[in-house]
Amino acid sequence: MKTPDTPLWEVFLQNKQGAPHEHAGSVHASDAEMALQNARDVFTRRGHPVSIWVVPAIQVHASNPDDAHSLFDPADDKLYRHPSFYSVPRGVRDV
Amino acid sequence: MHDDVANESRFQERIDSGEKIEPRDWMPERFRHQLIRMISQHAHSEIVGMLPEGNWITRAPSLRRKMALLAKVQDEAGHGLYLYSAAETLGVSREDLIDQLLDGSAKYSSIFNYPTLTWADVGVIGWLVDGAAIVNQTMLAKSSYGPYARANLRICKEENFHKKQGFEIVATLAAGTTEQRSMVQDAVDRWWWPSLMMFGPHDNDSPNTAELMRWGVKRRSNDDLRQHFVNITIPQAKAVGITIPDPELRYNEESGDWEFGAIDWDEFYRVIKGNGPCNAERMKARRSAHDDGRWVREAAAAYASRDTVAAEE
Ligand SMILES: [Fe+2]
Ligand SMILES: [Fe+2]
Repeated sequence: MKTPDTPLWEVFLQNKQGAPHEHAGSVHASDAEMALQNARDVFTRRGHPVSIWVVPAIQVHASNPDDAHSLFDPADDKLYRHPSFYSVPRGVRDV
Repeated sequence: MHDDVANESRFQERIDSGEKIEPRDWMPERFRHQLIRMISQHAHSEIVGMLPEGNWITRAPSLRRKMALLAKVQDEAGHGLYLYSAAETLGVSREDLIDQLLDGSAKYSSIFNYPTLTWADVGVIGWLVDGAAIVNQTMLAKSSYGPYARANLRICKEENFHKKQGFEIVATLAAGTTEQRSMVQDAVDRWWWPSLMMFGPHDNDSPNTAELMRWGVKRRSNDDLRQHFVNITIPQAKAVGITIPDPELRYNEESGDWEFGAIDWDEFYRVIKGNGPCNAERMKARRSAHDDGRWVREAAAAYASRDTVAAEE
């Protein structure tokens, strides 16, 4: 008999107070409560994470790698978005 | 057709320049296929690998040893889950992979088809089997497929304790009574050669190696990894007075390698084909664990769908 599918969840961990949540991996679970428990067992056996997020994997929408050029390249030629683009008179400090 | 050729050369360029391939990137069908095969075999090995050691949890000689062994076996379950997730990013389902293990069509590392006869086996497995796995997984943590590399990196961070707790058991027994010393030597005699076989056939007999190395999935060949493992292990054996069961073992001053005797590949293929001492027992244990867990999966699914059912009524 074929094993029935169980939904996939993406797991995000906040590894210390004040740090951002980062993707750690994924787990299978039938609901959010079980996903949190599984994420705790699978990804937090060591260290002291302070928080876990679980998100249904089907709710994650990713950009297409083929679009990477059109999405991200325009940032390359906008040097005026960086402080090094601008000049200030010699000797002026803390600008 | 022309597109495929262009895509393939672009793909190889990315790999040669050290870029990681991610799940949504273009990849040759054969790359996808080979990775699914390799990652799922690795996952199955972690899961089946819990059985020989799990066998000793209730009989560990002290609470300290029992805590360590429980934690190690639990880590191996985690390793299996990291790896199944990595395989799933290539478009296979977890449930299909598990069904392939249970129906016998998938392979797992043949090292786990050997029995754990005494407590010393638990120590020797941690030392040699996890030791060999670390050599392999350290290389795989640099693999060109992003999710597989990341899973192996996470695994490597946990493996060092596995090897160290095993070596502590070996060292303790090796410094013990005559009976304890002969027990640990006997375990090394049985596990040494199967541990060397964990790296797979010689490079000349390994049809997949060249391709996997060209794709950067593997960074070092089977023979290269095996030699490295022998080189680091011999001094450890000497330090605790363990004899390696290989009369041809000798140090080559020029190469700095420990040269070793011929591996019995007939035995290797016999065990892979299903005729090792514990193949049937391992599969039986996995199948009954899966069957015994069916009611849990069904109850969880029913509980999760309760709102939908209530709304429909
Ligand atoms: Fe492992
Ligand atoms: Fe391990």
